[in-house]
Amino acid sequence: MNKTDVLIIGAGPTGLFCAHQLGIIGLQCEIVDNLDKAGGQCIELYPDKPIYDIPAVPECTGEELTNNLLQQIKPFNVKFHLNERVEELKKVENRWHVKTSGNQQFDVAAIIIAGGVGSFEPRKFPVKECEKFEGSSLFYSIKDKTIFKDKTISIFGGGDSALDWAIELSNTSKVNLIHRRDGFSGAESSVQKVKELNDQGKLNLYTKYQMDSVNGDNQISTVKIKHDDGEIKELQSDYVLGFFGLIMQLGPILNWGLNINKKTVEVNTENFETNVNGIFAIGDICSYPGKLKLILSGFHEGALAARGCFKYAKPDEKLRFEFTTTSKAAQERLGVKK
Amino acid sequence: MAKITYYTHDSKTHTIHVQNGLTVMEGAVQNDIPGIDADCGGGMACATCHVYVKEDWLDKLPTKEDGEEDMLDMAYEPKQNSRLSCQLIVSDELDGLEVTIPEKQA
Repeated sequence: MNKTDVLIIGAGPTGLFCAHQLGIIGLQCEIVDNLDKAGGQCIELYPDKPIYDIPAVPECTGEELTNNLLQQIKPFNVKFHLNERVEELKKVENRWHVKTSGNQQFDVAAIIIAGGVGSFEPRKFPVKECEKFEGSSLFYSIKDKTIFKDKTISIFGGGDSALDWAIELSNTSKVNLIHRRDGFSGAESSVQKVKELNDQGKLNLYTKYQMDSVNGDNQISTVKIKHDDGEIKELQSDYVLGFFGLIMQLGPILNWGLNINKKTVEVNTENFETNVNGIFAIGDICSYPGKLKLILSGFHEGALAARGCFKYAKPDEKLRFEFTTTSKAAQERLGVKK
Repeated sequence: MAKITYYTHDSKTHTIHVQNGLTVMEGAVQNDIPGIDADCGGGMACATCHVYVKEDWLDKLPTKEDGEEDMLDMAYEPKQNSRLSCQLIVSDELDGLEVTIPEKQA
C-alpha cells in the first residue's frame, strides 16, 4: 500500500502543475496515468504542435511544455505510476483506498482527478465479432511478437504503428497490410519500404479495403475485407492486428458516484471539489459555469484544488497563504533556500 | 447563417441555423445534437466529430487540409464521404448542408 497525502489521476499539464502546488504547500502526492509517459494530450495528441497561449511563454510545443513542467516539479520527487488506470475507490474512515489496473494500492487523504477527456484506450474495429477474438488472436497492441512467427497476420491501419509492425513482422511471418486509402499517415520512408516489400512479394498490401468480417471458432481463421467498390476478398489469417490510434474513454470514473454531465465532472469553483468530499476534479474533465478548456485554466484550478486538499491531509494544521518569493518554507521545499 | 441538417443514429432529423464562422461541429455541440463527441475541441486531433456528408455537397465544401485524411483513418467506419465536422466552417455557401452522424465515434 502506497501511503501519501494526495493521489493525482492524470499526468497531463494540469496534473503536473497541481503536483507543484501541492509540493509548495507541503503536501506529498503521487500520480497515476494510463499512458506510458507524462504529458497527457500534449504528448499523445500534439507533441510537436506549438501552443501559443501559455502565460509568459510566447510559444512552446506540447513536448516542451511537458518537459518544463517535469523540471518544475523535480524538487518534490513526485512518484509516477504509469501504464496504470485507477479502477476502484473505497472510503475507509476518513481516508481513500484506491486500486489500479496493475493492482497498485494507495491510501490517501484526497484524490484529484485531472483526467482530461478520460484515459487513452486503443480504438477498436467496428465489426462486432472482433470482441470475441480480442486478446487471443486479435490485438490492438503487441506485447509478445514471438507468437506471430511463421503465422499469417493481417494488419489494419495506415499510421506508423501499422507500417512499422508490417515491416518488422514481414521478416518472420506472412503479412497482409490493409488500409482504407492509397495515402498513409506514417513516415514516408516506411511507406516506401512497405511498397518495396509488396513489389518483392514479401508482404501483401491491400489499399482501399476495410474489414468486413472476421471468422473462426476459438481462433481467427479468415478475415474478409471489402474494397471501396464493394468487392470482397477473403484472406487466410491466424492473427489480426488493428492500429487506429487512441481514443479517450472516461472509464471507471463513471462509477464513483460523481455528478457527471456530458463526460465532465461537476465541481464548485471555490476549490474544485466534486459532490463527493475529498474528491476534486481539475482541467478538461471538470465543468462549472464559465469553464474554459484551456491549459491555463487547469493551472488555476489545480492551485485551488491543492489548497482544498490541505484540510483532509493535515486536519490539525492551518494553511497560511504565502508567496514563493518570500516564504522560507516554500523555498525549503523547492530546495532553493540560501 | 446557414441551415444545416444533422441526421442522428436514432433516425432523428435536427435542422438548425448555425452562425457563419462557427464549425459544423460547434453547431451540433451547442445545440445538444447527440453523437458528436469532439473530444479534442476542434484541434483535428481525435476524429470524434466525424460525419458523413450528403454526396452532392462533397464538391462544394472546402477541401481537406493536410492531416484531416490522416485523422479520418482513425475514425469509426470512415467512408468516401467522411469529413471531420470541426474542419467545416459555416458560411452562407453551406446553407442547406446535410450530414449524417455515425452510429458512434469510437
